[in-house]
Amino acid sequence: MTELRTHADEIAAQFSDHLDIDTDEVEDRLQQLVTEYKVPVDEARRSLTNSYLDEAGLDRDELGRGGAEAVLVDEIDQDEQWVDVTVKVVDLWEPRSDSISQVGLVGDESGRTKFVAFSTSELEELDEGKNYKLANVVTDEYQGDYSIKLNRTTTITELDEEIEVGDSSTTVDGALVDVQSGSGLIKRCPEEGCTRVLQNGRCSEHGEVDGEFDLRIKAVLDDGHEVHDVIFNREATEELTGIGLEDAKQQAQDALDTSVVADGIRTDILGRYYRVTGPTLGRYVLANEFEQLRRPTDTAAMLAEARADQ
Amino acid sequence: MSTDQSVPTREVAQRVFAAEFNDASYTFKESDDERAPVYALLPTGEQANRVFFVGTLTETDDVGEDNEYWQGRIVDPTGTFFVYAGQYQPEAASMLRELEPPAYVAVVGKPRTYETDDGSITVSVRPESITTVDAVTRDRWVAETAERTLGRIDAFDDETNEYARMAREQYGDDPSAYAETVASALESLDGGDSVPTDDTADAPVDGNSQA
Repeated sequence: MTELRTHADEIAAQFSDHLDIDTDEVEDRLQQLVTEYKVPVDEARRSLTNSYLDEAGLDRDELGRGGAEAVLVDEIDQDEQWVDVTVKVVDLWEPRSDSISQVGLVGDESGRTKFVAFSTSELEELDEGKNYKLANVVTDEYQGDYSIKLNRTTTITELDEEIEVGDSSTTVDGALVDVQSGSGLIKRCPEEGCTRVLQNGRCSEHGEVDGEFDLRIKAVLDDGHEVHDVIFNREATEELTGIGLEDAKQQAQDALDTSVVADGIRTDILGRYYRVTGPTLGRYVLANEFEQLRRPTDTAAMLAEARADQ
Repeated sequence: MSTDQSVPTREVAQRVFAAEFNDASYTFKESDDERAPVYALLPTGEQANRVFFVGTLTETDDVGEDNEYWQGRIVDPTGTFFVYAGQYQPEAASMLRELEPPAYVAVVGKPRTYETDDGSITVSVRPESITTVDAVTRDRWVAETAERTLGRIDAFDDETNEYARMAREQYGDDPSAYAETVASALESLDGGDSVPTDDTADAPVDGNSQA
């Protein structure tokens, strides 16, 4: 493909939902600007994009920035970049707000990342386990962790090929030595795409808001050599402790205090041994799978060693 | 790019049997800062700012004079840990107040030393948390602590092991008594004294077996 053809293809793709144009037409117009009027390619592209924006009655913001770069999810290390990814949908989570149509994990050979799609973008829904090219998604950063946001200019193409998802999940085990503050029954910011945990009814980004209840555990696993921070989300918390969101709300209501939930969780899990497997987000391991560890059986070899050391 | 470095690292909780812990009377700091963490030096050559242990709570006592100050005796296969919790450890103190011995408990806490009138030093634990656990957890802790202790004894002669060097100066250069402790702890586990099948030690090594 010639350079112009590539640009033309990208422009046509950007407007495919808004205008009835094809690559040939775009290429002709680009060709004219570049060869007849000696306009540099980038400038030609910009001016052509502007003219199509006018035609479609769109703002530039509503359109992906041109020339989104194809990246692996593990390469995403900047906020607000327009990128294309080719991924498999690994996991779909329950959206916490009506404004979010889908949230979950997507992955490619390099690893996994969180994605969010908003109801207002009116995109087709992704199916778990299927493979897609997602063109024109925007990267997002929160406390050093990156995710991608789908938007109304994102094009979703289902692929037949099967994408191997890199195993960026880790397994850690140890004694659960601490349940940290921010565990138990918490409230999250209901603002679109926010989900930050409220402190005294306030979101650090959106101020005083009417939060939505959620349940989670931030805990520390310690094996005597290393410590690992792990997070159990609502589902995992329920599986681990048997306490669901409704039970937790009821407990808090009866005690007129949300901290009873975390206190109960501490009593249930502190001092036990667990193995936790899941993707890492920053310094946290997300507990997708976990089990309580039972006594190891190979003490005989240790006993022999202890006797030999005496 | 990453903010990981700004997160202070949490001190690991060492696994140590009561017999060794109670010998860890030497404490030190890694810096001159007044608020720098205090470490107990384990005789097998490791620093401990935090410990995790599981044992049987056998006695609780309010030894405070004006305020409540709870003492708990927690027994493992090698000896007794003493834990003390007062008004600054309200959750641990209320556990000691309410628990009915005997009970299996898991404790996360900080080593503390105290010099008695006769000049001897006693080592105890200031608990961060005390929870009741089951026998399975207790047995796993015994096996894990045996493994960690043997690991420390193995590393005792490493030239780069600065805590082993300190332990030599403070406690002497023979950690073998703690191997004995490990053996007795393992023997106390159900099935721990079964005859080792030992299917690795005598396995012929390729090339050597016909030599």
